[in-house]
Amino acid sequence: MSNYPILSLLIFIPLIGALFIFVIRGEDEIVKRNARQVALWTSCVVFALSLLLWKNFDITTADFQFVEHQDWMPKFNIAYHLGVDGISVLFVLLTTLLIPICILASWEAIQERVKEYMIAFLVLETMMIGMFVALDIIVFYIFFEAVLLPMFLIIGVWGGKRRVYAAFKLFLYTLLGSVLMLVAILAMYFEAGTANIPVLLTHDFPASMQTWLWLAFFASFAVKVPMWPVHTWLPDAHVEAPTAGSVILAGVLLKFGGYGFLRFSLPMFPLATADFTILIYTLSVVAVIYTSLVALAQEDMKKLIAYSSVAHMGFVTIGTFTLTVQGIEGAIYQMLSHGIVSAALFLIVGVVYDRIHSREITQYGGLVHKMPAYSLIFMVFMLASVGLPGTGGFVGELLILVGAFKVNSILAALAATGVILSAVYMLYLYRRIIFGKLTKDHLLKIKDLNTREKMVFAPLIILIFWMGIYPSSFLEILHVSVNNLIDRVESAQAASAALIAGR
Amino acid sequence: MTEVPNMVPALPEIFVAGVGMALLMLGVFQKVSDSAQEIRTSRLISRLGMVTLVLAMVLVAAVAGSTMVTFGGMFISDPFAVFFKVLILMASTLTLVISQDYMERQNISRFEYVILIIFATLGMMLMVSANNLLSLYLGLEMQSLSLYVIASFNRDDERSTEAGLKYFVLGAVASGMLLYGISLVYGFSGTTDFKTLGALFADSQVSPPSIGLIIGIIFVLSGLSFKVSAVPFHMWTPDVYEGAPTPVTAFFSVGPKIAAIALFARVMVGPFGDLVEHWQQIIILISIASMLVGAFAAINQTNIKRMMAYSSIGHVGYALTGLVVANEAGVRGIMIYMAIYLFMNIGAFACILTMRRGDRMVENISDLSGMSKSHPMVAAALAIFMFSMAGLPPLAGFFSKLYIFLAVIESKFYGLALIAVLSSVISAFYYLRIVKVVYFDEQGDPLDKPINSILGFVIAGCAVIIVLFFALPNVIVDSASIAAFTLFER
Repeated sequence: MSNYPILSLLIFIPLIGALFIFVIRGEDEIVKRNARQVALWTSCVVFALSLLLWKNFDITTADFQFVEHQDWMPKFNIAYHLGVDGISVLFVLLTTLLIPICILASWEAIQERVKEYMIAFLVLETMMIGMFVALDIIVFYIFFEAVLLPMFLIIGVWGGKRRVYAAFKLFLYTLLGSVLMLVAILAMYFEAGTANIPVLLTHDFPASMQTWLWLAFFASFAVKVPMWPVHTWLPDAHVEAPTAGSVILAGVLLKFGGYGFLRFSLPMFPLATADFTILIYTLSVVAVIYTSLVALAQEDMKKLIAYSSVAHMGFVTIGTFTLTVQGIEGAIYQMLSHGIVSAALFLIVGVVYDRIHSREITQYGGLVHKMPAYSLIFMVFMLASVGLPGTGGFVGELLILVGAFKVNSILAALAATGVILSAVYMLYLYRRIIFGKLTKDHLLKIKDLNTREKMVFAPLIILIFWMGIYPSSFLEILHVSVNNLIDRVESAQAASAALIAGR
Repeated sequence: MTEVPNMVPALPEIFVAGVGMALLMLGVFQKVSDSAQEIRTSRLISRLGMVTLVLAMVLVAAVAGSTMVTFGGMFISDPFAVFFKVLILMASTLTLVISQDYMERQNISRFEYVILIIFATLGMMLMVSANNLLSLYLGLEMQSLSLYVIASFNRDDERSTEAGLKYFVLGAVASGMLLYGISLVYGFSGTTDFKTLGALFADSQVSPPSIGLIIGIIFVLSGLSFKVSAVPFHMWTPDVYEGAPTPVTAFFSVGPKIAAIALFARVMVGPFGDLVEHWQQIIILISIASMLVGAFAAINQTNIKRMMAYSSIGHVGYALTGLVVANEAGVRGIMIYMAIYLFMNIGAFACILTMRRGDRMVENISDLSGMSKSHPMVAAALAIFMFSMAGLPPLAGFFSKLYIFLAVIESKFYGLALIAVLSSVISAFYYLRIVKVVYFDEQGDPLDKPINSILGFVIAGCAVIIVLFFALPNVIVDSASIAAFTLFER
């Protein structure tokens, strides 16, 4: 296989791009143009590189691949240690795909402090990729929390009216969760004597300790996912964030929580996981049903999509904790398709927001008469969000429901109501915005999508159909790693059960 | 004829003392008939003072390496002292660098300022090298007396004189407590020498220390808590920080604090190290109270210097959690914490020094509004310092907390660690508020431009250190490890 440090390149190329943008000087217009260009090209290079990662990825092993190891703090046995397995590799791709799309989507929408904006996005990309590929738990934490820094600025500087409130809420909620995780990480570090994630994955923590560690990690990941009842930061953050900020927030940041459960909570604390499964199911079912109903009542488009994200992520947590192959693969698949669909939906809202500067649903209606291409694209993603067969959303939801059904049929039944409710609120939204008579004066001159906007949506449309029609090209990457994960959890749980039985 | 003691370990101190006095003479005998000449003199002395401090740093490095005791056991030079001396000299040098412009603009540019800083520095160096309760007290008082004067250096300003007076009165009380404690310890043990005291308490399991001795230690501890401005001995801090001239505040927040923390660590783990169960709970209480007061009280501040005062109280709380565990890892944590804290604070205060409008200093947090448009670079640096103080990775402030937490959790003080991380979330709020004012708020009246280039240089330097610390953490970590190791070598 390749022997150049592809993961380090993925992490540091965006930083180099950010440095380039930082030193751009000159007249305002030129600086803006150059900053956009550099950001776009940097992120495209990173995306191309990540395709190489995909191509060279070996799907027959559950081991970490493309591993890099460099001593960092040898005294503490903490190392700059990177690698990907089947669970993380697709998230890296999702990140590298969405960043160029975000930059393209902000091409005209952002006119103030373009330089800083592009730097923030490239730094954000560095942190997000680093988070998914870190194999040292301290390094993981650094990337995990550092994401807050650019995100805080993106919402606070380029956000809407209540941006300060939203930025603080996002920051403090997430920080509160993650510092608890930090204490747990350090406790794990001393218990196992290493910060090396592959070693920690096979370390058996004492059962009583697992409970506390699991709860501390849960505090962090539940806020990120977000799970009901700590989801309240999400609608605020989404509403106030600029379009590209919402895209990244929904597309990648929410996946941190799901990824964290899969990487840490399940394999490292299998006994605690068994104890807390009911808690997760309960919270998830509440999230699915309650936030779907809340979404139905929203007047603000972005808020509606934000609540739908909470509901969809509820599916993900259900699937994750079923501990079945279908459930976990479905959860990962749902995260990927949700990453694309919700990103696209926020972009769709962004398109009309750039034109009318309102997100109120009542301000729209009858757009199909003026914007046929827009209506078509909106329909595709609306249906993908609902989970129509043939789109990526269907595969994920189906697998999760199968997994849930294997565990508990009532759980599956309750979760399935979410599918119906999502159809209700999405179709209702679509009807109010797109159909009806075009009566509002300010909509009479609205223009349809331009070429740049179509270019933004084209890759997302292709992907969402690809994921729906031929899911194997993504699922085959997951199989070995997911099976390995389930084996690990089940053998640990069986060993503990045998221990108790033997007593 | 008595034997001449070995001067080599104390060479940096002797050098600083000699040059300090020479500079005083030089300044006194300069012809000063108008203010232009006064400024010229102060510039000259200031530059010479910086050179002196840098040379002293070289000397410190030259005598570094081994543990040496001299002056009848009064004075010790070990890697622990060397580490802190380098930090103190850096703090003093940087203070002189950022002071000159401010002093000239405020019309208080007099050479005595430099001399006082040098003597304060000398006092601090003696403090960290103290190996006897008496030399500890002498160093501390030398430092404090110089600081009382420079706190009120702007003598025509009411707030500055008030700050000096307040600092003096409360400081004197604290010194009294310390001295009382020392005399109790001496009375009940018969010695003031650290080594003898340590040996005396080593078998404390066999013969528990008398109650008078414990009271003495508590008095010493209270006096030291005052000097590091830990809760409940922190009341003077906000007023003094607010009233003193800004570069002096910058100096207060780093130099004396670093020296006092070093002294604190040396006294508690050295002579009283074996009595850890008697004082540990007090330090736990002090550190928790400092963290919480630092976090909550800063939220409502409108004056940025007062906010920084509470922030420094909070930081002392974190540093003291490293002392709670009273082992090598804890002391190492403290050392790294103070090193990073030095650059964060000097950088932040250098940013505060750029806050002038119509050639007058402004100190309200709201005056920073829209700074990101008028001074993008200073604003970015200030944001970096604030994020770093909030403990956000990958900035240096995160690592300073990480090493402390590593020590605390290794010793299984989970409750303390939880309180520490939770209060760091609370304090993140007011650090973020600065970032919010700088970046999110609409621009108010613009601050003056351009900023002094020397200040800009200091700001940029500190910001680079804070941002890039993660790339080379071992530079500081390794020397701190060695220093912490020698402190526990008996």
